[in-house]
Amino acid sequence: MEAWLADFVNGFTKAFITGDRWKLYLKGLGTTLEITVIALVIGVVLGVLVAVIRTAHDQQRPGRCSPVLGILNFICKIYTTVIRGTPMMVQLLIWSGVIFATSRNFTMVGALGVGVNSGAYVAEIVRGGLMSVDVGQSEAGRSLGLGYLDTMRFIVIPQAFKNILPALGNEFITLFKDTSLVSAIGGAELIYYAKAVGTKTFDVMYPYIGIACMYLAVVMVLTWLQGKLERRLRQSDRR
Amino acid sequence: MIDVKHLSKSFGDHLVLDDLSEHISPGEKVVVIGPSGSGKSTFLRCLNLLETPSAGTITFDGMEITAPKADIDAIRRQMGMVFQHFNLFPNMTIRKNITLAPVRTGLMKQEEAEAEAEKLLRRVDLLEKADAYPAQLSGGQKQRIAIVRALAMRPKLMLFDEPTSALDPEMVGEVLEVMKELADEGMTMVVVTHEMGFAREVGTRVLFMDGGHILEQNEPHAFFADPKEPRTKEFLSKVL
Repeated sequence: MEAWLADFVNGFTKAFITGDRWKLYLKGLGTTLEITVIALVIGVVLGVLVAVIRTAHDQQRPGRCSPVLGILNFICKIYTTVIRGTPMMVQLLIWSGVIFATSRNFTMVGALGVGVNSGAYVAEIVRGGLMSVDVGQSEAGRSLGLGYLDTMRFIVIPQAFKNILPALGNEFITLFKDTSLVSAIGGAELIYYAKAVGTKTFDVMYPYIGIACMYLAVVMVLTWLQGKLERRLRQSDRR
Repeated sequence: MIDVKHLSKSFGDHLVLDDLSEHISPGEKVVVIGPSGSGKSTFLRCLNLLETPSAGTITFDGMEITAPKADIDAIRRQMGMVFQHFNLFPNMTIRKNITLAPVRTGLMKQEEAEAEAEKLLRRVDLLEKADAYPAQLSGGQKQRIAIVRALAMRPKLMLFDEPTSALDPEMVGEVLEVMKELADEGMTMVVVTHEMGFAREVGTRVLFMDGGHILEQNEPHAFFADPKEPRTKEFLSKVL
């Protein structure tokens, strides 16, 4: 028992304390969170845009199909099909090796790749949410003379958002963990530093279990935040 | 005020409205009755283009609203609509439900709309609910709010789509009361309803629809006392 404890202290010290290595993990975690936030913004903006275009296209009054909307809808469909039909790893390799082959800013390229990937999933979640809102709600909005976009913005999207929050939270947690793939294209995030430390100390156990705990801790914070937000949005349900 | 010419509407192969023409003058209270599936709700919903007519034209105050270039939002601002299932916005307080459209469409400033909302709420005796959410109200209260929400846009015409059909019986009265007051003030109204008492008392004209046609119409007393068509007689014998 004592030998084991000594081993643990030794391994832990080597992995986290010696040479202020904990600072590396913090730096990595910072990059991971940075990628997450940028990817999140890209994902949400793309997702909502695609969802609104696709819903608007499907909800056109018969006989009044706008050709512009038709083209946009077609582009959106290709986007979701390609993104959902290929592994994210392959997409990241294409972003860094083909599209931005000359860029050295792996963090931003990675964030872009993860964000564009997430957008396709967010789009489907949001689209489901928009369709879940009773059609009477948008009819009421339109019958008051509000335009399509105002009706969406003030009436449909807020209600849809409440309905999709659990699914969206799930997607964000997945996205946060998926940022680990960015290490494969050279992004200096959490995994990158854990590997570096492991290579230096010839012991990967402590760094890897260490970052697993860090991911877990962040996910638990995100879950807690999600629960809090859900409770707040339920405000209008109280009787 | 509204001129409907040769209006037809079909959903797929199913013809719901069959070459219907009708004229509604300012101040009229037109009550539309008929069996379910007769097309009366579809007729009403065509009047503000919630349903797009398959054929025919509708003219409102000289504007052809079925024209492809018509500004449908601007036209809808002048027509209030009250739905069977209220369709209040559950994510907003009552106050916000009422003020949203007048403010967003530029009809009123925020303070102006708030004052108007309070005036209207006082009128239906629900001022104390201004900051409540729709989920906290009874069905009758919700429908009174829905009427007030439509009135806040100062419409020239009010459309009612079975406004009391989703209500508990003891709440029907309070909603009809508000509609009666509105009628007495001279509002032009088109009401789809199963409330024959209301049709008789408030209506200036009753339309009986069946199978996508207006089979018979008359001033209410004559309509109920002396229906002409056999189909009308049969319907009235069942509901009265």
